Amino acid sequence: MSSTNLTDKKLSVSLYDLFFQFLLIGAISFGGGIIAYERILLIEKRCWLTADEFMGYLAISQTMPGLNSVNLAVLTGDHLRGMLGAFVATIGLILPGSLFVLIIGVAYTSNTDHPLANLILSGVAAAACGLLAAITYRIGDEHWKHLKSLLIIVPTFILMSLVKLSLPLVLLIMAPIAIYMYRPRVSS
Amino acid sequence: MSHLVSLALSFGLLSLLAVGGGTAVLPEMQTLLAHQFGIDHLRFVHIYSIGQIAPGPNMLMVLVIGFQVAGLVGAGVVLLSFFLPSSILCFYAGRIWNRFGESPWRRSIQNALEPISIGLMASGVYAVAKSSIVSPITLGLALISLYFILRTKINPVFVILGSGLLGFLLLKYL
Repeated sequence: MSSTNLTDKKLSVSLYDLFFQFLLIGAISFGGGIIAYERILLIEKRCWLTADEFMGYLAISQTMPGLNSVNLAVLTGDHLRGMLGAFVATIGLILPGSLFVLIIGVAYTSNTDHPLANLILSGVAAAACGLLAAITYRIGDEHWKHLKSLLIIVPTFILMSLVKLSLPLVLLIMAPIAIYMYRPRVSS
Repeated sequence: MSHLVSLALSFGLLSLLAVGGGTAVLPEMQTLLAHQFGIDHLRFVHIYSIGQIAPGPNMLMVLVIGFQVAGLVGAGVVLLSFFLPSSILCFYAGRIWNRFGESPWRRSIQNALEPISIGLMASGVYAVAKSSIVSPITLGLALISLYFILRTKINPVFVILGSGLLGFLLLKYL
């Protein structure tokens, strides 16, 4: 191990425990809210991170591409046990859900166009749409009330859904505009 | 073989474009899958919905897409190409971050990306709604679900399963 400044706290976390705790989250977090489970584990249950460290890692997870919950597992795994820690935490987090969707997915694939499956899935899809709308509304939170945010949200939506540009193009157009609008204030 | 390569390229690209979480790439994924693999919008929405019943990160349904295109190997390829690029990027971003600490630009970039990803999520809602809300009954189910998820503490999984059951009964016997 090259770095010598590892604290006792970091050394005391076993890879097995790291894997198992994230596996547990991956298995029980039905219905979303996975970040909340991670917060409880990391800050309250195991005290692996301080609240401040957690917020810092959450911010990086949100800024970088990829799923926030997975990025958070990567960062805290690395924080606690380096690259191997990042690996086992991530695998633990996605393993149960992966098996779950594969089993149901195989069942769906062999029953596509089964009238019964399609009737059930119509209702499920409608509710999933409601869920997505609810999540979008909640994540948007204060942004829905601020003109500055809406000036970015609305054009992004229009370019993507109505003009039907590709995602890289939308990002290429909107990101510079948004970063300019939110540029750091020059401190006098 | 060419299917596997284009799966890897498509999902690798989506991985790196998924700012603000996976739902931001839903419309792009829907278009891309229709063009490249002939997965129509309705099937995409069905697969997406399956993913919402599963525990864990909400985009694991991409494995089902990989499975439909190229079997278990396809699911494995999609798993790696969708999760590896963004995870590696985040891993090194975290390390660089720890080395350089707070910069005013990081806050700016995060603040700027937030409304963009909300706009993209709204596009995701629009894309899923276009394929899932196809009748007064499905519209009603979507609105009732929205209400229950926003206003009550019921776990969304039960709302989704309940809507599936209710939808089945209404569509079959009405």
